[in-house]
Amino acid sequence: MTTPTRLQVESATIGYDKRVISRDLSVAIPDESFTVIVGPNACGKSTLLRGLSRLLRPSAGQVVLDGADINSFRTKEVARRVGLLPQTSIAPDGITVADLVARGRYPYHGFMRQWTADDERAVRNAMDAAAVTGLSSRLVDELSGGQRQRVWVAMALAQHTDILLLDEPTTFLDITHQIELLELFTDLNQAGRTLVAVLHDLNHAARFGTHLIAMKDGRIVAEGTPEKIVTAELVEEVFGLRCLVVADPVAGTPHVVPLGRDRSR
Amino acid sequence: MTVLAVRQDGPGTTTVPGPRRRLLGLVIALVVLVVLLVLSVMIGSTSIPPSVVWDALVHSSTGIDQVAVQDYRLPRTIVGLVVGVALGLSGALIQALTRNPLADPGILGVHAGASFAVTVAVGLLGVSDVQGYMWFAFAGALVVTLMVLALGSTRQGSSPVVMVLAGVCVGAVLGGAREALQLTDPDAFDAMRSWNAGSIGGRPLEVVWPILPFLAVALVLAFVVAGPLNAMALGDELAVSHGVSLARTRVLAIIALTLLAGGATAIAGPIAFVGLMVPHVARWIAGPHQRWIFAYSVLLAPGLLLVSDILGRVVLRPGEIPVGVVTAFVGAPVLIALVRRKKASGL
Amino acid sequence: MSSDVDFGRPMLVLRRRRIAVRLERRSVVVCAVLVLALAGLAVLALMTGSYSLGPGEVLSALTGRETGLMHDIVVEWRLPRVTAALVFGAALGVSGAVFQSMLRNPLADPGIIGFSQGAYTGALIVILVVNGSYGQLAGGALLGGMVTALAVYVLAYRRGVQGFRLIVVGIGVSAMLGSLNTWLILKADLDQAMAAATWGAGSLNGTSWDQVIIGGICVLVLLPAAGMLSRPMRQMELGDDAAAALGVRVPAARLGLVVVGVALTATVTAAAGPIAFISLVAPQIARRLARTAGITLAPAALVGALLCLAADYIAQHVAPTPLPVGIVTVVLGGGYLGWLLFTEARRRL
Repeated sequence: MTTPTRLQVESATIGYDKRVISRDLSVAIPDESFTVIVGPNACGKSTLLRGLSRLLRPSAGQVVLDGADINSFRTKEVARRVGLLPQTSIAPDGITVADLVARGRYPYHGFMRQWTADDERAVRNAMDAAAVTGLSSRLVDELSGGQRQRVWVAMALAQHTDILLLDEPTTFLDITHQIELLELFTDLNQAGRTLVAVLHDLNHAARFGTHLIAMKDGRIVAEGTPEKIVTAELVEEVFGLRCLVVADPVAGTPHVVPLGRDRSR
Repeated sequence: MTVLAVRQDGPGTTTVPGPRRRLLGLVIALVVLVVLLVLSVMIGSTSIPPSVVWDALVHSSTGIDQVAVQDYRLPRTIVGLVVGVALGLSGALIQALTRNPLADPGILGVHAGASFAVTVAVGLLGVSDVQGYMWFAFAGALVVTLMVLALGSTRQGSSPVVMVLAGVCVGAVLGGAREALQLTDPDAFDAMRSWNAGSIGGRPLEVVWPILPFLAVALVLAFVVAGPLNAMALGDELAVSHGVSLARTRVLAIIALTLLAGGATAIAGPIAFVGLMVPHVARWIAGPHQRWIFAYSVLLAPGLLLVSDILGRVVLRPGEIPVGVVTAFVGAPVLIALVRRKKASGL
Repeated sequence: MSSDVDFGRPMLVLRRRRIAVRLERRSVVVCAVLVLALAGLAVLALMTGSYSLGPGEVLSALTGRETGLMHDIVVEWRLPRVTAALVFGAALGVSGAVFQSMLRNPLADPGIIGFSQGAYTGALIVILVVNGSYGQLAGGALLGGMVTALAVYVLAYRRGVQGFRLIVVGIGVSAMLGSLNTWLILKADLDQAMAAATWGAGSLNGTSWDQVIIGGICVLVLLPAAGMLSRPMRQMELGDDAAAALGVRVPAARLGLVVVGVALTATVTAAAGPIAFISLVAPQIARRLARTAGITLAPAALVGALLCLAADYIAQHVAPTPLPVGIVTVVLGGGYLGWLLFTEARRRL
């Protein structure tokens, strides 16, 4: 199985300080996939994502981007190839939507080159793609949670990277906005971008992801298409939850239905 | 051995000692305090043996050491005891009230407010007796407390850092204004210089007596609001659902805090960090129960103050370091250690 | 030329071969007005004194068409002080802007990492121990401030420096040195204490061209450095992770910002003593005037210069007896806190 890949982890040890989260981890992100990392809390999902985005430097092994160690690139060069939507970000007081999105162009800027025609085009396209053009003159503070998250997505899109990493992008959103955002990701993926997301909801992962990575205790337990790996056995192994896997009545993708206490006897 | 275990693990551990051990700890703290009181009378520029101390206390003899005990050491020790109680309790109160483990009346500028007001009273208005300027101290403490509470709470509730910064800024403005006053009339303010360093030496007991009733009232108030503050530790909404009147609790706690911090400052000048450190130690020993924290603070704080004062007397013998300087040098590292610990970063 | 993208604010876009910048129109207008106000106030300050002059006389003295006494009064006596207020005020404004942006807190300033108290300790030791000259005093203050700032930075360092830890460690160290300072003043005799207090208030009295030129060169070197760092600084307002993902080397940028911010304050402190609160207030006033998102340096520098010049004018000419400028700026700080209290209270209603 040799799927082409631009971004992969090669037997890396990743963690914080002396606390190792993942040891000898190897994983490849298939190009043009919508890869979703799933697993229980504290299984190392976000740590893996931080490693992929060079926010955490492996203490052993390496993360490889386009054939070379990601840490051997200039950081702005990485920022032109890999974008990240972090879990927590702060909108400065009084910033407008367009202004925030424009800050995604930073990797392309120089001291006197801060607003070229390219920048303008990229910002406009990013706002169109994330459907926030109508909001462009509004203050970010005044937006709803769903709108705000789309603005952050637009900022990451303005960065114009082929690979986009998303750390729990749907947390704190209501169900409508979650689905809206996931559909936006699917569109972006079908337009040719490689997406890697950490998601909490297994059913969302199975429905929208094209490639899943299941993690537990810092290890990778299984990876592959949702159809291949989302099984009752795997869910029990990874989450410790007894369940039934049925076909999603709409999309046909695997759908996890917990058995609950009464039936588990 | 539970007590020991709790001490080693620090706050956040689930092993909390039972009432009996807490009571035992309180008795031990009391004994330690009594020992320190005796040491504070004995140790100084000259050491006075216990027999002479006893002699001086019981008989009104006129030997040079006896006079030293009666006129200097004993008042100083009593001042230390009273001020220590006020400082420790005010620290515990302000930490409970603001739910901010970094709160301290000194850091939050309350002492600066009181001392600015006293400086104005003494230097500008010519007020010279305690009955006069203690009211200024109370007023200064109250105004700054209200200011810092208002500045430090944001729409999302109160943020420890913002509150601490607000306190530091208010303190800096008042300190600058105080220095400005001193520059305009150096002679009138010369006497204030030693008071501003924070010291329990050279304060006659006549300064303490008028303030003592206010401190007693504050002590009672503090224990009255201890229960409601316990509930408020879990959040305002939960406290209301437990039947706590937020407004009443806050008002009473602020009154107690004002009297304690203002009173302590009026007697000894601004002394920082005692109110920060002692409640933490009290929490390690007693667990998250305000009434016990208050009780331990009342006993531990004068102990800490007396130890600091004894150190200040001994280190540069025959010279002296004001106790406020010693507590700052002991307390600042404690603050830094607190914030370097992992848990504190997540505040 | 304007922009196709609607930023919600009028923008000016300037594109020439190698240049492509976008400026908010309001910021540009505000800066222009501030420059005019500065020029007007500077001329007023040059006119005022024990020997009053008219604006025409000042202008002709500045352009070198006067000689003798008129030239001496304007160029040799009054101009150094006005220049010092402008340059040092701008330095303080930028230094405050850097710290407030980096720590994402409107109450932060370089004093937060212990610089002011450390500088005061250094100056006091020079006054009390070696009874040194003004130059030694400045050196002692500089050394004290730098050592303290470094100590705070190191003590706050634990897998990077986080704003919260930096603030609290700075407060602890400041409090420690503050009480040491009080004690040192207590040990001093009254004259020494007065000398220390005058220095400690920050004063532009007797500023000579020598001081202005040395300080001015330092500021002129540091301001472009701050300008270079302002772009990563603005990205870091989005959070450390977002900035890193966008290609900012966050630890290096933060260290650079601390160094530039402290160096700017240090220059001013060495030349004029600690002039309080301009660094705290100027960035906030600038932000509200220019209505920018986050903190921008140019308006902060101009507002800092204006505040410093105005405060010195008040201290020198309006107050009943001439005061150190630092005392006027303390009042300014008090006013700022009061105003903050007022707006915060109103926002919560």
